[in-house]
Amino acid sequence: MTAAVFTFRLYIAGDAPNSLQAIANLTQICETHLPDRHEIEIVDVLQDPKRALTEAIYMTPTLVTDSPYPGHRIVGTLSNTEPILQILGLGAAQRRKFPGLKDRDAAPQLLRRPEEAM
Amino acid sequence: MTAAPSTRLDFATKSPTGITGLDEITGGGLPRGRTTLLVGGSGSGKTILALQFLVNGAQDCDEPGIFVAFEETPARIISNAKTFGWNLTQLQQNKLYFMDAQPQPDLVQSGTFDLSGMLAALGAKIEEMGARRIVFDALDIMLALLVDPVAQRREIYRLHAWLLEHGLTAIVTLKADSDDGGAISQPFGFMQFMVDCAVILNHTVVLGVSQRNLRVQKYRGSSFDENESPFLIGKSGFEVAVTRTLGRGGEVTNERVSSGVERLDTMLGGGYYRGASVLITGFPGTAKTTLSGAFAEEACQRGERTMFVSFDSDSNEVIRNLGSVGIQLNRFVENGCLRMVSARTITGSAETYLVRIKTLAKEHRARCLVVDPVSTLSKSGNELTAHSVAERLIDWSKAEGITLVCTSLLDEMSSQSEAGSPLQISTLADTWIHLNYLVQAGERNRGMSIIKSRGTAHSNQVRELILSDAGITVTDTYTAGGEVLMGTMRWEKESAERHACEVAAVEAKLRSVRLEAEEAELHARVKSLQVELAAKQTEKEVLARSAEIHEQELVSGRDRMRELRGSDVAPEASSVTR
Repeated sequence: MTAAVFTFRLYIAGDAPNSLQAIANLTQICETHLPDRHEIEIVDVLQDPKRALTEAIYMTPTLVTDSPYPGHRIVGTLSNTEPILQILGLGAAQRRKFPGLKDRDAAPQLLRRPEEAM
Repeated sequence: MTAAPSTRLDFATKSPTGITGLDEITGGGLPRGRTTLLVGGSGSGKTILALQFLVNGAQDCDEPGIFVAFEETPARIISNAKTFGWNLTQLQQNKLYFMDAQPQPDLVQSGTFDLSGMLAALGAKIEEMGARRIVFDALDIMLALLVDPVAQRREIYRLHAWLLEHGLTAIVTLKADSDDGGAISQPFGFMQFMVDCAVILNHTVVLGVSQRNLRVQKYRGSSFDENESPFLIGKSGFEVAVTRTLGRGGEVTNERVSSGVERLDTMLGGGYYRGASVLITGFPGTAKTTLSGAFAEEACQRGERTMFVSFDSDSNEVIRNLGSVGIQLNRFVENGCLRMVSARTITGSAETYLVRIKTLAKEHRARCLVVDPVSTLSKSGNELTAHSVAERLIDWSKAEGITLVCTSLLDEMSSQSEAGSPLQISTLADTWIHLNYLVQAGERNRGMSIIKSRGTAHSNQVRELILSDAGITVTDTYTAGGEVLMGTMRWEKESAERHACEVAAVEAKLRSVRLEAEEAELHARVKSLQVELAAKQTEKEVLARSAEIHEQELVSGRDRMRELRGSDVAPEASSVTR
């Protein structure tokens, strides 16, 4: 299994709490599951609104994964980790298939709030 | 500027929507620089109203606009709006922008989010195109993604604050439960308190007929019409029905237009007033259509553009049927003066009829309008609205200066007392002509009477209406001894009277001849008697003469005898004879 590099673009709106939370969550996911094989670009739509317009980013924060193909859009603070990992092919089932990955994050604790559990 | 301060203020504080009726209800448009909430059930016309607001702003007010679509793709909205004839493609170049903000179906959500990204993007676009108006269509779709009611509320506040900050005139549309008269589900309920203006659209079906109504629920800092007004999505978009505002009325003239029946004109003192509304009521078959057809023909002969709306029969049938009583409409249809509309093909609410009639009349630039019969409006679930529709029809025709003749069918079952037409428009109409049957001696004859005619002296006699190949004639009925006779009875009575007159004349002549004869005879008799008298007189004279002579003879004889005798006692004898 060759370790593909994940490229992420995270659109945030200045220092809004949601945005800061998303940055923290994304960093955490990457460090836990994708050490040394990720790139993160952070776009502040308040600084560059034209880009939000052309790329149709209307909800912030929004995470766009460009690679590996196919890309995805994930909206929100990224605090519910499991669906994200599944989309990225890093879900619990996949991790068991590839024991090289550590399963220590099956239930991520970071900044998880009960009302966001859905 | 010479405009009064108040109108300038209105213009400064209101954004005209350009929607017929809505600007009248709100007194000039939606609050400028404020947010208007538009609430309605599915299919109630929210999107169309909102889009029309933008189109009119871009086209007529030089206010570019942005349409944020949460529910439909802009491509679909544009193609749906094509039928309205708005020039969207051209406007889209620089005056109208559609933002496709639908949540993507494959969107993955993890945790809460906010709308800052969208607002930032919109901010850039607004600056780029100088937008003054904005529409958020179906905001509830986006907000539904926010599970937390607190988060929903926060985003609504964010949006509201952002709108105020940018000074945009905005419409936010939200769904409502269609059966609950404009109540919106709770998380958004407080929006109604937050916004400056709230408009509620509802769409109900009454006895199978769709009825759309619009109501302005609130409008901060402005007076407005609070009632529900019916509206229609017509050929050119939204149309809200409003009663004519005062002061916009048409000119009142003393000009008369002929009713097409000479005698009726005389009865009315010269005809109908121009711009008046005339109501012809009657039972089926009392020649209502014929009478209105005569009016149409006369109008066309004067060269006035006329429209004939028939709810009952196909226009070709109407022309044929009227042709049988000498009303030839075909030539006017051919030269374009007359437009026949068969309204059987229009389906829908009374409101639909009215709007169609108005549009067609405008297209035709009609000066005279016939609606036959107007009572159709109240059929099929339209009872509630039909009256106000008829009222507006009359109002509208007055404002346009159109002479309106409408017929109204009276129910055969209803009393013969002419009590009221089904729509109660008899009170609104200026002239009300009632046609009736009189059944006598085995025949039905048509009677016509003028029940009212505002502002004109009119005959109060019932007349007989006679239809023939040559057209319509109105004749006096035969009234004698308190009874009214029509038809053959009238004719019989009249001819009997004529006959009696002739006989009397001959008799009189005969008598006078006889008298003359008698007179002559008497004269003759007088003459003969006179002659006889003269004879008798002569005879009498002769007699007297002969007596005298005789006496003289006697006297002279006596004297002679005395002389002869020589008598001496003469005097006694002579005195005795005397």
